[in-house]
Amino acid sequence: MWITVASGKGGTGKTTVSVSLTLALENGVYVDADVEEPNGALFLKPEIEKVVPYTEPIPQINTDVCTFCGKCADACVYKAIVILKPLKKAMFFPELCHSCGLCAYVCPVEGALAEVPKKKGEIRFGKSNGVEFIEGTLDLGEASASPLIRGMKKLIPREGKNVVIDAPPGTSCPVVEAMEDSDFVLLVTEPTLFGLNDLKLTVSLVKELKLPFGIVINKAEEGNDLIDRYAEEEKIPILGRIPFERSIAEYYSKGIPVIYTLENGKTIFANIYKQIKEIAQNGQN
Amino acid sequence: MDRIKELVVLSGKGGTGKTTLTSSLSKIIKDKVIVDADVDASDMFILLKPRVLKKEIFRGKSVALIHQDKCIHCGLCEQHCRFDAIHKNSEGQFIVNEFKCDGCELCVYVCPVDAITMEQGIVGEWYLSETDFGPMVHARLNPGDENSGNLVTMVKHQAQIVAKEKGLNKIIIDGPPGTGCPVISALSGATATIIVTEPTLSGMHDLDRILKVANQFKVLPKIVINKYDLNNENVREIEKFARENNAKIIGRIPFDHCVIDALLNEKTPVDGGEECRRVKDEIYKIANFANEIFET
Repeated sequence: MWITVASGKGGTGKTTVSVSLTLALENGVYVDADVEEPNGALFLKPEIEKVVPYTEPIPQINTDVCTFCGKCADACVYKAIVILKPLKKAMFFPELCHSCGLCAYVCPVEGALAEVPKKKGEIRFGKSNGVEFIEGTLDLGEASASPLIRGMKKLIPREGKNVVIDAPPGTSCPVVEAMEDSDFVLLVTEPTLFGLNDLKLTVSLVKELKLPFGIVINKAEEGNDLIDRYAEEEKIPILGRIPFERSIAEYYSKGIPVIYTLENGKTIFANIYKQIKEIAQNGQN
Repeated sequence: MDRIKELVVLSGKGGTGKTTLTSSLSKIIKDKVIVDADVDASDMFILLKPRVLKKEIFRGKSVALIHQDKCIHCGLCEQHCRFDAIHKNSEGQFIVNEFKCDGCELCVYVCPVDAITMEQGIVGEWYLSETDFGPMVHARLNPGDENSGNLVTMVKHQAQIVAKEKGLNKIIIDGPPGTGCPVISALSGATATIIVTEPTLSGMHDLDRILKVANQFKVLPKIVINKYDLNNENVREIEKFARENNAKIIGRIPFDHCVIDALLNEKTPVDGGEECRRVKDEIYKIANFANEIFET
């Protein structure tokens, strides 16, 4: 089983839910795919066993061999290479490069343009409380999270594991990258107008990806049925609720997973998983 | 006229209160243009109720399209694609996943029978609006699409144009979460940033990262601690961190249910009465600091 936890809006409790859900599972693997701001480690406090640098290929131009024909610069849609033919100069702008490999493909001169790895981030592997831990971190100043998420997902063990992917906020490419190939998407929201608006955006994305999904309401309060009404209208199952309580926020501030601090925490998350399994197996509705 | 200054509100971590603070400041600070640069989850419209004056389509990158009538199923495009965007479907056709296609055109070059062309897609819309508190530029990225950094650059550019036209020299920007492309676009060219953090381990971890990005782009950082009374020990940590990094703490907003109540009624905490006094006072204080930033 491969579950992605997403939300649209930031700060609704993706990490809270992902961490506690993983702790409730057998053979759980927690994967932090919020690579711009990974926070799962603050709650799981894993023992890191391995750190793998994440690299992407970038071109290196050998100006001794280069004929300055400009084919690479013409082909690059990101405008990461500029060739000044009369000056016999080649300029490369690494921050614009998407590592697509087209420049190397079109270069007609052997040895003029080679791809070399450039570090863009790190992937950490560890263990915590019987749970496997994997975390990607994008180096600061690096723009694109999607390739790192894609690369990290290839390193996740699949056989016999229950994988929970903690997705980044938003609804753009990196979120799609995190959700892809999942058996289920768990949407964490909060009963505020911001929460609802961003939930709707995320629901439209999950529907387009044709993935089964359900909702967990965080910061739920008696008498506030904002999300319930929407879920009922759209026939989206609500799989669990975490109440709005100051004490929960205080435990959160100290990095204690909610499954340990919530009354019936274990039952709530075991129940969420049970429903996920049913929906993933039997299809949505 | 003075240079137009941009103040961008960021946090690293999502949900720390960027939009609530920015919307509140927008109601207090005068003579400015308001920008919602969190284009993949823009929520400012809920509180500021913009009336759209102009709507423009935002075209993003082109994506590859494989023409099935020409395709000879050699699979070279799939092999070469670094973005994992081309796959064979159940009918044996090679299909481009538009979400994953980066638009690099490598497949167009490798295809031996010219069966692939690039098609430009619409990735969102941006709007020029008016609100009761001044002009506003905002946008909507279609869910699942890319280039939110470019769309952020676009709304900021439009805000500069509006500011010039109307003779305004302040731009207040509600930024996106994270540290990647959209954040870099939001920061670039800004005068200062207010980083909204909270005294939680996640908030502090992300404060550290976003501050480093702000420093990389040489944007003056100021810090606001939201829900500051949640954990005193962590607040002391933040204070120490702020001192060490020369980032002044310009506000401490208490954890108060009145904020949620206000938001549920499509209002900001500064619209409320006495019940939100403590929060309101603190936001007014922050607005004074913000005005100082604009004036220096």
